[in-house]
Amino acid sequence: ESQTCQKRRRMTSGNHCKSSWDASVSMYATGKYSSRGPALIPRMKTKHRIYYITLFSVVLLGLIATGMFQFWPHSIESAADWSLDKRSVHDAPLVRLPVSSPIPERGDLGCRMHTCFDVYRCGYNPKNRIKVYIYPLQKFVDELGVPISSTGLSREYNDLLSAISDSDFYTDDVTRACLFIPSIDVLNQNSLRIRETAQALAMLPRWDKGMNHLLFNMLPGGPPDYNTALDVPRDRALLAGGGFSTWTYRQGYDVSIPVYSPLSADVELPERQPGPRRYFILSSQTAIHREYRAELERLKEENGEALLLLDKCSNLSQGAAAARKRCYKGQVYDYPQILQESSFCVVLRGARLGQAALSDVLQAGCVPVILADSYILPFSEVLDWKRASVVIPEEKLSEMYTILKSIPHRQVEEMQRQARWFWEAYFSSMKAIGVTTLQIINDRIYPYAARTYEQWNNPPVVKWSSVNSPLFLPLIPPRAPGFTAVVLTYDRVESLFRVITEISKVPSLAKLLVVWNNQNKSPPEESLWPKIGVPLKVVRTKENKLSNRFFPYDEIETEAVLAIDDDIIMLTSDELQFGYEVWREFPDRLVGYPGRLHLWDHEMGKWKYESEWTNEVSMVLTGAAFYHKYFNYLYTYKMPGDIKNWVDAHMNCEDIAMNFLVANITGKAPIKVTPRKKFKCPECTAIDGLSLDQTHMVERSECINKFASVFGTMPLKVVEHRADPVLYKDDFPEKLKSFPNIGSL
Amino acid sequence: MQAKKRYLTLFSAGACLILLFCFGGIQVPLSRRGPSRRDDHSLTGYHPGARWRRFPGSLQPFSSWEHDQSDDHNEHISPRQKRDANSGVYTGKRCRMDSCFDFSLCARNGFKVYVYPQQKGEKMSESYQNILSSIEGSRFYTPDPGQACLFVLSLDTLDRDQLSPQYVHNLKAKIQSLPLWNGGRNHIIFNLYSGTWPDYTEDLGFDIGLAMLAKASISTENFRPKFDVSIPLFSKDHPRTGGERGYLKHNTIPPFRKYMLVFKGKRYLTGIGSDTRNALYHVHNSDDVVLLTTCKHGKDWQKHKDARCDKDNTEYDKYDYREMLYNSTFCLVPRGRRLGSFRFLEALQAACVPVMLSNGWELPFSEIIDWNTAAVIGDERLLLQIPSTVRSIHQDQILSLRQQTQFLWEAYFNSVEKIVLTTLEIIQDRVLQHTSRSNLMWNSLPGGLFTLPQYSTYLGEFPFYYAKLGIKPYPKFTAIIHVVTPLVSQSQPVMKLLVAVAKSQHCAQVIVLWNCDKPLPAKHRWPPTSVPVIVIEGESKLISSRFLPYDTIPTDAVLSLDEDTVLSTTEVDFAFTVWQSFPDRIVGYPARSHFWDSNKERWGYTSKWTNDYSMVLTGAAIYHKYYHYLYTTYLPASLKTMVDQMSNCEDILMNFLVSSVSKLPPIKVTQKKQYKETMMGQSSRASRWADPDHFAQRQTCMNKFASWFGTMPLVHSQMRLDPVLFKDQVSILRKKYRDIERL
Repeated sequence: ESQTCQKRRRMTSGNHCKSSWDASVSMYATGKYSSRGPALIPRMKTKHRIYYITLFSVVLLGLIATGMFQFWPHSIESAADWSLDKRSVHDAPLVRLPVSSPIPERGDLGCRMHTCFDVYRCGYNPKNRIKVYIYPLQKFVDELGVPISSTGLSREYNDLLSAISDSDFYTDDVTRACLFIPSIDVLNQNSLRIRETAQALAMLPRWDKGMNHLLFNMLPGGPPDYNTALDVPRDRALLAGGGFSTWTYRQGYDVSIPVYSPLSADVELPERQPGPRRYFILSSQTAIHREYRAELERLKEENGEALLLLDKCSNLSQGAAAARKRCYKGQVYDYPQILQESSFCVVLRGARLGQAALSDVLQAGCVPVILADSYILPFSEVLDWKRASVVIPEEKLSEMYTILKSIPHRQVEEMQRQARWFWEAYFSSMKAIGVTTLQIINDRIYPYAARTYEQWNNPPVVKWSSVNSPLFLPLIPPRAPGFTAVVLTYDRVESLFRVITEISKVPSLAKLLVVWNNQNKSPPEESLWPKIGVPLKVVRTKENKLSNRFFPYDEIETEAVLAIDDDIIMLTSDELQFGYEVWREFPDRLVGYPGRLHLWDHEMGKWKYESEWTNEVSMVLTGAAFYHKYFNYLYTYKMPGDIKNWVDAHMNCEDIAMNFLVANITGKAPIKVTPRKKFKCPECTAIDGLSLDQTHMVERSECINKFASVFGTMPLKVVEHRADPVLYKDDFPEKLKSFPNIGSL
Repeated sequence: MQAKKRYLTLFSAGACLILLFCFGGIQVPLSRRGPSRRDDHSLTGYHPGARWRRFPGSLQPFSSWEHDQSDDHNEHISPRQKRDANSGVYTGKRCRMDSCFDFSLCARNGFKVYVYPQQKGEKMSESYQNILSSIEGSRFYTPDPGQACLFVLSLDTLDRDQLSPQYVHNLKAKIQSLPLWNGGRNHIIFNLYSGTWPDYTEDLGFDIGLAMLAKASISTENFRPKFDVSIPLFSKDHPRTGGERGYLKHNTIPPFRKYMLVFKGKRYLTGIGSDTRNALYHVHNSDDVVLLTTCKHGKDWQKHKDARCDKDNTEYDKYDYREMLYNSTFCLVPRGRRLGSFRFLEALQAACVPVMLSNGWELPFSEIIDWNTAAVIGDERLLLQIPSTVRSIHQDQILSLRQQTQFLWEAYFNSVEKIVLTTLEIIQDRVLQHTSRSNLMWNSLPGGLFTLPQYSTYLGEFPFYYAKLGIKPYPKFTAIIHVVTPLVSQSQPVMKLLVAVAKSQHCAQVIVLWNCDKPLPAKHRWPPTSVPVIVIEGESKLISSRFLPYDTIPTDAVLSLDEDTVLSTTEVDFAFTVWQSFPDRIVGYPARSHFWDSNKERWGYTSKWTNDYSMVLTGAAIYHKYYHYLYTTYLPASLKTMVDQMSNCEDILMNFLVSSVSKLPPIKVTQKKQYKETMMGQSSRASRWADPDHFAQRQTCMNKFASWFGTMPLVHSQMRLDPVLFKDQVSILRKKYRDIERL
């Protein structure tokens, strides 16, 4: 009886139902503790306790000792490290390249992952992650002792390799590696001796025609024709290059990377709120071809103040400081800070296609206007540049102003945010560049575990607020398979049987599943159950938990589930059938009868549960509600935090939890159908319990606050509509209506 | 107790032993390793297998600013010259848009496509006929080659297999003689089959010059990125327009079907493309992985048959292909003779997630479709891993892959027309560059063919992406009142309507579209309102002009109104709050329905009160402004002219359009009063609605529209959305939308 009313109270919520709620809770409490924990400790005798303590201390001592010994060798090693830290790149072993040393072939433009990459080396692994090996540093010199590179290991390449070695991709086991990264720095082709560098590559122990080798290059080509890919012959090696053109880029094989800007590390530009800026277009590059500069000047003449056209400062001495200044007619501006003052920033091709200015522009949250025909944008394999930049053909430079003016403000703001996010995630450091490159290659090797478009492109703000409904296809499932009614019951057999008899009248009922939540009592014999026209199954649960009602039982073979309490007998057959029809039109939502609302309590500064009959709805009670079986699966296995346990412990709020879950993943409000406002509880109406009502409300409010904090947001959506049959209350013969008996409040 | 004690002693002894071992185990190697480490100290960190560690100290940066300066500064040749030089160098296999395409042809008239006139005596396959007629029926078509940006041959190039009966001979000479050929510049050539037995090369047997290829089964080696288009292989029975829907009806949970992975097809005993199919039996387990091959193909297969043939053939005959297709979670799509096979589209339609085993195949429309969201891309070299790979795919992902197959199938593949339009749209995106679709537009509902970037490149201005971007539509609407009768009195319905609508808290602006023959009334004759009223004089006075995408609409939502509509402020307010939850649908008041009239074998239209509806009248409806743009640009002139001539059916057409985009029914909301012919019917139009011709016209319209769409896009709904407390037995004071209930 107590169980009955406690449950019923939950259903009727705002209604009048008083019973020994506290008693029922304590009953559970004792039941729980008598079978478990409390008995253990007193039974232990003193002798044993001493023994346990001794054992415990021995184990503890042992652990400490092991810890020390574990630590000791490390300290030896770190001592060695310390001495090694004095090591410098000059200590790297010297390798002399014979003149006749073989030179690899030029890169094959036909190379693709399936022809030039040995996938067997990567193997099948449950983590779907490639293993990357980095060759130890060696210093290559020719026979005369002249090094192959004027800079040797550069700061950036050192950073890049260190970042990779700290990443999850790294392995120091050369035999397990799937990708090899030479420690020969080829970031800048200008500092290289092409032929000797190629010979050095070919001397790497695992070179094997460059198979599975990855080279990083940011500044390819050299005067006068500036090739768009590294000129070093490299056999089949993959190239992560900054500045590919469509003719040198081997799509799906090479990776287009940004040209790293040293300002990324040196200058901190705080993120600015998206919005209009002082200037509309800004050009800050210093090495712009005179033809293009002339065109920019012309644009400036036409549009005046909206454009700011900067060049390098002629009066300043060359050097690092000069890199941080730009001038216009004698006026000096700080670079890159000035970039933050403009909505759009021009990134024109120079001799090379890839420009470090792109990185500065993104960092400033300025929308890049990219004019570099045939340029393969950095990481364009995964990044959607249309959302962060404007690409204009060089020929249309003169139309730039008109083109940019036609872009809606809201889009400019989104692009500003997106630009900044691209910089933060993929441009800001050599680490970001390196790890992104590896991730792209990883995604090619394990495409079924690849990162999604959203993961790559959505900035955190959007990731938080956007939703991708798991049931996104606009499907209206056919009526025919019907729905499965799941009745959660404890021991109210009589009421249960009435519910079963009532529901069995609903035309689209396909199956009835009774979840018998009472472990102490068996369900009635088969012969005693009402005879109905559809299959009836009883499942017995192991524990009396509320979450059992939302378990995705194999017995549920239909998509549609009707969750119904064992005392909901007031719903008419038309009402239920109509609910099912509405669910078919909204299979990704909860479709229920009485609606409830959450409100923000300004006085208390927290959420409040509202069961008054309001004009708004944000939840429906699951005492009787249709929903997709997918949400059962979600409730059981994907409920965030400890919500499930909380619900089971409080024996309450499972419906609120379900509403949160569905709204959070679909971003949609539930659908309340028909005028029904409450589930009447006939036996309870006599007693009016205001105080109990309030504790109930308090508890439900608590649930909302708890769930909102676990979800980290308030996912519920408020709507002001409910669904009725088309001809509801219309002046039309009742017998011609599909759902004449739609029930009352 | 005794026994317990003994166990405890044993346990602790064991623990001690383990500890001792740990001590020893660490000490021993240490003592051994110690000296050796010191020995090669100078090389520590350099020998293979050592962890890469960061080198301390300051190193040189990889590039210096001054260096770049001197490098770049105006030394390089004029960029314009460089561009011109490219077009000379990069031709043939290295063609790209920049070098082989003349953008200037498109600058004048936009993206227009010309189809060569068909020559008499030229045979043409049905498929190619379908391609050409799809282009001719599209909004890109121009009959004037002078206006064209893209040219399509009327010579059938689909089948270039010399052994095929469809093969067109002497193509080379025929093409060279075309006066507009221009070396193939700005031409697109469609091809499904190339090469022949035994090696099936991708050569077409004639020089395509600078033309683009829209080709099936194209390999990544031959594919010229952002120049060619990879199209799917489709059969000659592929419908020209409309197209079948996907087979997915239910999102069952758990999503696993009877079979995990299936394949049924030929394997070739000679010639290329047989390696993978020959090895399939290794993976076949005749339980949930059923991969069947038959050796029977061609006339003399028995001459070449191998040891497995008989066994394979018997197993092959045991299973029904259709049954397997519908009941499998994954479908293997291994390469055949050519890289692409029919299996691909079949699997896609059947919602059987394709598992691609065709190394080097540039997947159909790979430029725009993110195939990882709808298929599993396997590697032929890793055939044996395929079962464990597909088994490792999580059920949530299967659910999503499966739905995506259906979306892609219906958006881009289910008819020849869709395939052709997608091809053209891809090229248009390249030509217009900065007004092109983002990846999201192509890969999420409703797909690229319905999202026109010429309207806006900003996702937030379309009705489809609010949830994906985590944003909401603009919280106000613009009312457009379509006026056809002159203003005679201040008590005219249109006056009342204007006042009522302008009073709505959500109303941003009212636009009066003056489609009346009489001159515009003076400004002061319009009632005073708190929101701006803009009067636009319709130029054409045609009914379609009510759906023009006027620049003066500042909001996302449009409330479309007839002049004689009777609406209260409350009704408008409520409908607008409903629309905010369904921004991609039409939300309106009076509803209509369609049905299949099996006697007359055509669609029927009914305005009777029924228990369901599939249209709402746009004489009073709220919908997204974007549908104005779609109506004006997406629909063919033929349908719009028909509507304009009759001055009727514009609302039906709008419902067709919106439902074909959203695949969902419109939404009917509560209305206050209900006359016989709903709210319409007081003044001039009363006659129009009562006119039986008017009704017959609408019937005709329905069928005309359905035939253009190739299918019936309308969907029925059985519900109406009312305010939460609508007609409930509670105090009227509680209710927010009281007026709706008052008569």
